[in-house]
Amino acid sequence: MASKKKTDAKGEPRAARSTARSTVRTAGDPTLDRELLHSMLLQRRFEEKTGEAYALGKIGGFCHLYIGQEACSTGIISQLRPDDYVIGTYRDHGQALVRGITPRAVMAELFGRIDGCSRGKGGSMHLFDRHTNFLGGHGIVGSHVPLAAGVGFAIKYRGGDQVCVCFMGDSVVNIGAFHEALNMAALWKLPVLFVIENNRYGMGTAVERAAAVDDLHRRADAYRGLDGILIDGMDVHAVREESAKAIKRAREESLPSLLEVQTYRFRGHSMSDAVSGTYRSKDELDEYTRLDPVFSLRDAMLAAGTLTQTEWDEMEKEIAAIVQDSWDFADASPEPPAGALFEDVLVDTTS
Amino acid sequence: MPIITYREALNQALREEMARDDRVFLMGEEVGQYNGAYKVSKGLLEEFGENRVVDSPIAELGFSGVGVGAAMVGLRPVIEFMTWNFALLAIDQVVNSAAKMLYMSGGQYNVPIVFRGPNGAALQLAAQHSQAFESWLAHIPGIKVVVPGTPYDAKGLLKSAIRDDNPVVMLEGEMLYNTKGEVPDGEVLVPIGVAELKREGGDCSIITSGKMVLVAMQVADQLAKEDIHVDVVDLRTIRPMDTEAIYTSVRKTQRAVVLEEGWELCGIGAQVVDFIQRDCFDHLDAPVLRVHQTDVPMPYAKTLEKLAKPDVAKTIAAVKQVMYRS
Repeated sequence: MASKKKTDAKGEPRAARSTARSTVRTAGDPTLDRELLHSMLLQRRFEEKTGEAYALGKIGGFCHLYIGQEACSTGIISQLRPDDYVIGTYRDHGQALVRGITPRAVMAELFGRIDGCSRGKGGSMHLFDRHTNFLGGHGIVGSHVPLAAGVGFAIKYRGGDQVCVCFMGDSVVNIGAFHEALNMAALWKLPVLFVIENNRYGMGTAVERAAAVDDLHRRADAYRGLDGILIDGMDVHAVREESAKAIKRAREESLPSLLEVQTYRFRGHSMSDAVSGTYRSKDELDEYTRLDPVFSLRDAMLAAGTLTQTEWDEMEKEIAAIVQDSWDFADASPEPPAGALFEDVLVDTTS
Repeated sequence: MPIITYREALNQALREEMARDDRVFLMGEEVGQYNGAYKVSKGLLEEFGENRVVDSPIAELGFSGVGVGAAMVGLRPVIEFMTWNFALLAIDQVVNSAAKMLYMSGGQYNVPIVFRGPNGAALQLAAQHSQAFESWLAHIPGIKVVVPGTPYDAKGLLKSAIRDDNPVVMLEGEMLYNTKGEVPDGEVLVPIGVAELKREGGDCSIITSGKMVLVAMQVADQLAKEDIHVDVVDLRTIRPMDTEAIYTSVRKTQRAVVLEEGWELCGIGAQVVDFIQRDCFDHLDAPVLRVHQTDVPMPYAKTLEKLAKPDVAKTIAAVKQVMYRS
């Protein structure tokens, strides 16, 4: 990152003082590595297809791609139990896929069809799935962070040992809801992982232009009992190692953690803005592209001899077929019927 | 039948529902050790313990969100706001989270939560502590809004609200907590969405709710001395609104006054008048009038506050006007 021209508020390139961005490791376990690679590649190719579908008008509204951040979702969610909970933001396609919502159900939701995971009522920003305890993509920045604390509260109330993982972007750290939730989670010792996916920009505003303390994990210092952890989000194994400790802490000691996973978004904030040129330079984008979490794991595996070029090609082919199948399924799924308009406003039950 | 205060009625409802269902918990500022800012939760901490009667930090946005999250995964929170004025800090969780969750999840996540606390003006609390938010909240699909005006309705509606599988907003009143009325011990359930004819007359309908029910009853008493007999329709629930109860009364009396605590523009009364003109146009013998708070922030000075509030005299004047009496 030596050629990086942009400097942060402390006058040095951000990457230089972040966690060492060493060459991405392999796990030494080829099966695990292949699973992680598969998980990240599926998100990548699915999202690229999503971009195409958006350009063709198959997907409407706001659509926020996750490309570049796949190690965060894969690294953390791959370690959860089925009865744990995941909640996130409007940039939610990647986490939904890793959590186990089928590519078909996600793509159908993006297409606004009845077979979508939210029956076509939520769209890109509001993926939900009761079967996988996926508690939604939420569209108001910061608003879902107290909800995650509430899920943690419920787990503790029942004496359970599940954990709740709450994904959020870096812009959330400056909003009141974030601090109110962190305070209560620390005060009441709630089993929640607050995961900041620091992709450097809240829409087009760089972290250091928005946050007085831009070492975001240090925001945890304000709350006794809350661990703040800095993680290299381009290395899926680094994400796994650090988050494993936080998951254990939550599960066994019912304690919250604040994880800052440093990552980068390779695409624009949503579909309507340029990838670079205004708030960030092409050079910066290129530098981070070299740290691509998917391809660096692949390269490490190829170098270690735990993946052959043929196996990689086969994985690409298999995933391309899955993604195409999700498109075909979504395209063939019916629009919600007019009667659905008035459904799901209220339930007509009492308990 | 025992006569108890509105405050005690709410306390009974909470106690009974918490005993009935261990998923129900109470959270809010000062609800535990302090026994509630208005003593609604008196004795509950002692009875149910700190896991179920939870003193929160002063963080309305945060703890109301905690409630929504807990409700999404199966608990049944009762979130107490010290007043609805403070709940504006939490309105995002009421409107964007609780009210939308079922719909945007395609029917997967309902939010069985109650948001409750005092609403509207008390005495000389000035502009920031004297606001009635019925119309703000009733505007939103995905929640129910209940406004009990009597101890009986307070108990019955709170119990129904806690059992409802949807988000329910309950607007109480500081000036109501000490009012007394007959309330049976044990099970009292007032159905949500059902109005009640609190007084039967035949000359004019007063359609009202919440704290203004007391005003309307005084109006009815005073007018009776002048041989004017009014229906008092207590909506009890603002959303969903019991329009049939309104129509039945207005078709009979052919005259109506809508009395509300909030401001005029886009108020509850505006909606009620719209329902009436659509359904009862041919029955009306006079334009429907509205009584409401004057269109200013609430002043502190006693004299000015009185001028700003809807009251008995203003309502009597309105009834006489629609009856063409002076």
